[in-house]
Amino acid sequence: MTEFPYLKDQDVVEVQRGPEPGGVGGAYRAFGETLRGLKTTMARLIEGPMTIEYPEEKTPVYPRFRGRHKLHKFEDTGLEKCVGCSLCAAACPADCIRVVAAENVPGERVSAGERYAAVYEINLSRCIFCGYCEIACPFDAITMGHDYEMADYDRDDLIFTKEMLLAEPLERTPLRGEGE
Amino acid sequence: MMPLADTQFVEATWIMVVKSLVIFAVIFGILPLMTVLERKLIGRFQHRYGPNRVGPFGLLQPLADVGKLISKESFRPANAIPTLFILGPLLPVLSGVLALAIIPWGNVQGGVGLYGIDVPIGILYFFAVGSIAFYGLLLGGWSSGSKYSLLGAMRGAAQLISYEVAMGLALLGVIMMGGSLSLVDIVEAQGNLWFVVPQFVGFLIFMLAGFAETNRTPFDMPEADAELVQGFMTEYGGMRFGSFLLVEYMEILVVSGVAAAMFLGGWMGPGPGWLDPIWMLAKMLGLVLVFIWVRATLPRLRYDQLMGLGWKVLLPLATLNVLVTAVLVVTT
Repeated sequence: MTEFPYLKDQDVVEVQRGPEPGGVGGAYRAFGETLRGLKTTMARLIEGPMTIEYPEEKTPVYPRFRGRHKLHKFEDTGLEKCVGCSLCAAACPADCIRVVAAENVPGERVSAGERYAAVYEINLSRCIFCGYCEIACPFDAITMGHDYEMADYDRDDLIFTKEMLLAEPLERTPLRGEGE
Repeated sequence: MMPLADTQFVEATWIMVVKSLVIFAVIFGILPLMTVLERKLIGRFQHRYGPNRVGPFGLLQPLADVGKLISKESFRPANAIPTLFILGPLLPVLSGVLALAIIPWGNVQGGVGLYGIDVPIGILYFFAVGSIAFYGLLLGGWSSGSKYSLLGAMRGAAQLISYEVAMGLALLGVIMMGGSLSLVDIVEAQGNLWFVVPQFVGFLIFMLAGFAETNRTPFDMPEADAELVQGFMTEYGGMRFGSFLLVEYMEILVVSGVAAAMFLGGWMGPGPGWLDPIWMLAKMLGLVLVFIWVRATLPRLRYDQLMGLGWKVLLPLATLNVLVTAVLVVTT
């Protein structure tokens, strides 16, 4: 190896060069490398496919995955948690939430509070799934769910009403377990 | 003068017709399955499934493919030469089918020779007929009136010349050991020991040259999708393109068949006589798997590397192999 005194105290890494190609040695190495490559591909074959066959099999999501929103009810009384305060609409950067509040009438209460959301619409074609609505909500009435299949043929169909947001999703998205 | 091979066995004409029909039916039944097998295996080599939607296990995929290709417009570029452009995909099909005739599936059983025909010139027929395929490639590439097609065709021609020689020399060792040009006699000569053992170098050279002859990776220079957009096939569409693909698989089968007969003992195998064609088929398919395995593994060689390998490595090696075999055959 040649010494370069002027490079002595510098962080210089010597370039590693492979053997010269060609000749008997080159042919021998090429043959060996070919066998190594064949071994590698055969090992991949034996490992088997790692494809997730999507429509039949869904990718599990993490617990904090921000999918389609859900509105919640109290489990014991069945009253809606949302009181129509519009804080979610105020927090929304994409301005995709529309809330129209109305007073609760005694006898036919809809929500637990004084007022309730007469109209609650989320335009999912505008939503950026930032989760600010979830943070802004003082009653945990709206949370981000795990569903991510929201494709549709019509833009109008992507405006989700209160009934749609309250309903349970038809198909559950699989959840990723601990350490998965 | 001594005949090249003793093929005095003559059959009735109707037997020959039935035989050729059966060979056609079997081979053209295997070809579509080979395309599925290849795509599925390549997929598995890459951690994925490959086609599995059409039919059970994706077995009907070739039907869907052929349906698509047939329903497409048979487009011809304005500056192509019409007759030659149409002839291009037809010649390779002809050559592939003709070459199938000499693949031996078994010896004479019950008065019927289990092979298309046992020609006296034997393996020379394979070379003569196999070379016709490259006329189709050249004509198709040249008559397309496209620079990519022409480049692909030129590469194909150069590749053929480079590798045909090594391929022939590789088989010469086997012919000397077998003492005959006829594939049937050569298989019979392997009763004790398959020629792959004494002729291992020849086998390797033959297989490498076979990859080049069938335009398969790592020698798919004529096609070279990355640089030449499918080379000589660039201007072809629909079923004309499909027949080029069909030919590729047919050539793989033919080369595998010749390799199995010349090196792997052909139909030799344990079991009763009626198992012979099945043994032959199994050996052929085993070699087809090697073709697929290599395709999944190796990248395409650079053009000068391809030429260098053909002329500087394979040709001297094959010549040396022939010389050593000749000396051994004469002395023992």
